Amino acid sequence: MSDQPLVSLRNPWFVAGVGITVGIAAFSAVVGLIWLPLAQPDLKLSGIWDAICSAAGVPRATVQDASIKPEFRTSNVVMTSEMLTKPDQVSIGRGATLSQRCAICHGPQGVSDANSPNLAGQFAAVTYKELNDFKAGARVSVVMSPFAAAISDQDMKDVAAYYAYLPRVPSNNLNAGLPAPAIVVTGAPMRNIPPCGSCHGDIDNKAGSPWLGGQSAVYIKAQLQSLASGARRNDISQQMRNVARQMTPEEIDQAARYYAAQP
Amino acid sequence: MLTNKRLILAHFWLAFIVFAVALVLGAWQMFVRSPLNAWHFNPELYYRSVTAHGSAMGYVFPTLIAMGFGYAITEASLEKPLVGRRWAWVGFLLVAVGAVVAMVPVSLGLASVLYTFYPPMIGNPFYYIGVVMVVVGSWIWVALTSINFTIWKRDNPGKPVPLPMFANVAGSYLWGWTAVGAALEILLQILPVALGFKSTIDAGLARVFFSWTLHAIVYFWLMPTYIAYYTIFPRAIGGRLYSDAMARISFILFVVVAMPIGVHHLFADPQVGAGFKFMHSAFTGLVALPTLLTVFTICASAEIASRLRGGRGAFGWITALPWSNPIMLATALSLVMLGFGGAGGLINMSYQLDASVHNTQWITGHFHLIFGGAIVIMYFAIAYDLWPHLTGRALESFGLMRAQLWLWFIGMIVTTFPWHYVGILGMPRRMAFYDYANPAISPQAFSVVVSAIGGFILLVSGILFMLVLIRGQFGTRGEAGAYRFSVPLHMPARIPVALNSFGLWLALMIGLTVVNYGFPIAQLMVLNETSVPAVYVGASR
Repeated sequence: MSDQPLVSLRNPWFVAGVGITVGIAAFSAVVGLIWLPLAQPDLKLSGIWDAICSAAGVPRATVQDASIKPEFRTSNVVMTSEMLTKPDQVSIGRGATLSQRCAICHGPQGVSDANSPNLAGQFAAVTYKELNDFKAGARVSVVMSPFAAAISDQDMKDVAAYYAYLPRVPSNNLNAGLPAPAIVVTGAPMRNIPPCGSCHGDIDNKAGSPWLGGQSAVYIKAQLQSLASGARRNDISQQMRNVARQMTPEEIDQAARYYAAQP
Repeated sequence: MLTNKRLILAHFWLAFIVFAVALVLGAWQMFVRSPLNAWHFNPELYYRSVTAHGSAMGYVFPTLIAMGFGYAITEASLEKPLVGRRWAWVGFLLVAVGAVVAMVPVSLGLASVLYTFYPPMIGNPFYYIGVVMVVVGSWIWVALTSINFTIWKRDNPGKPVPLPMFANVAGSYLWGWTAVGAALEILLQILPVALGFKSTIDAGLARVFFSWTLHAIVYFWLMPTYIAYYTIFPRAIGGRLYSDAMARISFILFVVVAMPIGVHHLFADPQVGAGFKFMHSAFTGLVALPTLLTVFTICASAEIASRLRGGRGAFGWITALPWSNPIMLATALSLVMLGFGGAGGLINMSYQLDASVHNTQWITGHFHLIFGGAIVIMYFAIAYDLWPHLTGRALESFGLMRAQLWLWFIGMIVTTFPWHYVGILGMPRRMAFYDYANPAISPQAFSVVVSAIGGFILLVSGILFMLVLIRGQFGTRGEAGAYRFSVPLHMPARIPVALNSFGLWLALMIGLTVVNYGFPIAQLMVLNETSVPAVYVGASR
């Protein structure tokens, strides 16, 4: 059989070798370049040629007007680490007067037992951003939204400066000996949860993250739950929603009770 | 009939010296990045060492084994002296000098780019020039193998080419073609930047070129091992090869489908389209076929040998195998490691499963198990089998050989199984330092320690291996007789022309390369603005 020509349709090795190879190549090309891309629901393709180009990796110009707008309002505050860190005395004084409106819930000295946030000593950028988000509708509260609706940008800055100027008052539930739970100290890396303390104090503080020491446990818990459910969504780039969604109810409890007991 | 014994021995000795040095570096690397080592060393040293270890183990060691074993096969199976002996020495010198040229800048810390180059990192040009010299030296072997094959066929029309030579030629053609990818990457992309003619590089295209080489290079490493399975093992245990045709088909399948599948190394890369990733994945699945054929044929050959020795029963024959024979032991251990490594490989080639192990220590564990385990243990077996014929002195320390092979097997399992496991836990590869005090990483600490202990066991086995070879150089003189390969159960008198030549299969190999790589490469070459600034390694800041 060795004298048989290699390239011949009468040579079964040639027919089988070429046939099987071409068959597998064609089959995998049809599956990979046509069928699989068309089977993907998220890939908006206009036809077979479009599917082939997409699967072959031909770069496509993105359509400008196709960007997706969320159906809810988003925060318009651009947060920087320097923001509102150098208040002037006039601003603090104006803020003190304006803050009389807030005292019924947040206390005359920025501290209250009404399970609303304690604002004394809170970073000015934090208070300013939340007021702004209430006004813009990025954060919604039946109590706060009407208050914020009519407040001017300068008034927000003044109120924020005043509360930042007030000294932090030790919590009524102070228990500094309470051991820090794992979620605060190490987070849960396997679930993509960084330690609470790495942004909210203890370990480090990041721009826009509120000081949580001495806050009401009920308030912290309510906020984590509404972040997890998506009812609250004014956190920058979903940072807190991504964290809260992954937290277990026990971890939410532990974090809330821990911070309530801190100075 | 081995006439150029010095040539073959020079290849083997240089290969094993390079291997020994790289093995020490490997054990050191396992140690320094484990919790056993307090953090007090310069991480740059680690990358330097990884580059040297990878370049030596990936380029120099297996290439020299393939070349040396290849020359031995050419002479012994064709039963005539090698044509082109001077050229063979030129090739050897190119590899030897190239290895030194490449290792000097690496040792100086001027080319810590790891052996896979990783553009846009750019090291000292002499590193790449050294690697090119190694490849060019091996291409001389490819050419000589092809020339000797052609001359023999011309002189013996119609006769089947001996299986060892057929497989040897298959391995050399596979290497000749697959090395083209890395050569193109170095010559067209990296060297112009390393020499200062350009300051930007298309890293995506470079990675595609490298993937052309990166997967089939493993099959090139594998070739001597498979040749040993088919042509040494059955003879060494006193049996016969189950099927000559099955062996030829396996080697042909490697030639055709081992190469156009490299994009499965780029599953996480954005520059290649998903459709081509699927096509490469499909062909990667096919490459399991020749391995499955081989496992079947080799087990059948072992059964033949056992039954000839009086083995009985459905499984009882396994106990009748000559287990004290080092070749028997090495082959069995190699097949076990090939089984585990192959299963891991099937995971790597699946697009979705790869996502969870990509760039983790799983991958490093995988290729150490396949290459360092299944392949290298057969290199030991080849050396043990060939040594008396090369030195003219008997290898007498059989106990030492068995201990060495067992230690290598145990060491490799102890090293790579925890290595795979920490990969699943998410431990990234190519890092010099892990903070095991971090609660997210501390669960990996124990496995890494176990793995490092495995590394030390491998080092001990490597020392034993060198000891056996060195003792072999001083053993009692004795004529080992002609070197023979195993005989198939049914000696083919005439075989189909397709199983006796490579024209068709080379055409399919190149055709599949064009189909699977043509468009991705052409597209990246045409696209503008795909280059990024080079990152010079070891440059003064």
